[in-house]
Amino acid sequence: MSVAAFMFFINVAKAQTDSTASGKFKIDQVDFVSSYYHQNGNNSAVTGGVGSEKLDDFGNSIDLQMSKYDKNLNKHLLNFELGVDVYSSASSDKIDPSTISSASSGDKRIYPSASYLFENTKRKYSLGGGLSFSKEFDYTSVGGNLVYSKATKDGNREFTAKASVFLDTWKIILPIELRNTNNNNFKYKQEESAPRNSYNLALGLTQVINKELQVSLLADIGYQTGQLGTAYQRVYFDNTTENSATPKVYSEKLPDHRFKLPVGLRANYFLTDRIILRSFYRYYTDSWKLTAHTAELEVPYKITPFISVAPYYRFYSQNGVDYFKPKGEHMLSDNEEYYTSDYDLSKFTSNMVGANFRIMSTQGLLGIKVLNTLELRYGYYSRSNGLKSHLVTLAFKFK
Amino acid sequence: MKYAFVIISLCYTALMMTSCVSVKSYQKSKLNDAEMVLSSRPIEKYENNFQVYREGASGGNGGKTGGGCGCN
Repeated sequence: MSVAAFMFFINVAKAQTDSTASGKFKIDQVDFVSSYYHQNGNNSAVTGGVGSEKLDDFGNSIDLQMSKYDKNLNKHLLNFELGVDVYSSASSDKIDPSTISSASSGDKRIYPSASYLFENTKRKYSLGGGLSFSKEFDYTSVGGNLVYSKATKDGNREFTAKASVFLDTWKIILPIELRNTNNNNFKYKQEESAPRNSYNLALGLTQVINKELQVSLLADIGYQTGQLGTAYQRVYFDNTTENSATPKVYSEKLPDHRFKLPVGLRANYFLTDRIILRSFYRYYTDSWKLTAHTAELEVPYKITPFISVAPYYRFYSQNGVDYFKPKGEHMLSDNEEYYTSDYDLSKFTSNMVGANFRIMSTQGLLGIKVLNTLELRYGYYSRSNGLKSHLVTLAFKFK
Repeated sequence: MKYAFVIISLCYTALMMTSCVSVKSYQKSKLNDAEMVLSSRPIEKYENNFQVYREGASGGNGGKTGGGCGCN
């Protein structure tokens, strides 16, 4: 029913916008993306580094792109996005294990955003900005960004700069047993609001090398301040666990500043008439002394000019932060200022394999005239510390 | 496995070392192919999203560097 209603909306909107005179916004493209994610492992940070990490997430988003040309033939673009993610998590349910199933066992995230971009087609530059909002049970985010790009006359080189700010608020949720304790001088009490602000500057340079090869270099400078640890993640000290007579447990504590510097290089090469190589490498370092390498290769094979299958492989490696130790291995006698048993910050490698299937048509697909592209992507992710996950994504592009 | 990436990286570096040529608009049929897009694609959005949660590193790929969600 909802799909039928959506199709009706697209057809009516397109019919209306196509018939309008130039100077009015018309719908260029609508992207609908739907995904299902499932993971399992045995290193839940909520239970101190040992426990089920079973999690299911169902995500949907719709992205509407509109544009118009003014009398000087400059382009104006509007973009609206709405996303809704719903998840259930076994580990979040352990924040308060005395309940059969607490409110925290599942949650939904709603994130609308809007942006505007002005493109000067003669001088080859673009200027724009956007606003975003995100709401979860315990997390609220308000964001804004400004973007500028400048291309060369022949369009073979383009520089882009994007500055963004996220002003987030985290409603502190503590593990049930720590709500009326000193919690090792933890900064916040149950249900207090903690700020987390993020400032990012993304710089990108794309370059056409020849008729078959183009590359892009991306550098993101990121700075975060505020509550960067997760208050409901437990850390057990002195070889104790939840089953000990007197468990020594506190909330995870991490520095309230983090400076990040990831640098990525992407190169896409049209190898033959049927085979394309999409490659990506990223080096990452931050002020918590976490360094990581990411390498990815995707090889789209064109069965026909409009149908392709693309197997892909991704390798990731990180060294872990010094604040990490497994459950029970932190010692109170060490007087550590920061501590965590979150395996997302530990030393590990991960492998991801999958495939992307794409079918395109300018005449429409599945009997729907405005359905331009249909994509299905599956990925299997495996981490060296045991976490495994599956992700299936379906994307529809209406034009 | 690491050696494979080193070899791939070296091959690509060698390709990129060749001097850039001026490509006219009418010569960009391959570069404009949907599979040649350099920016982050909508179908990869949720993949990038879970990686931001499950790994310590983020950004540098046209996606998120931090903020906007209860992730890293």
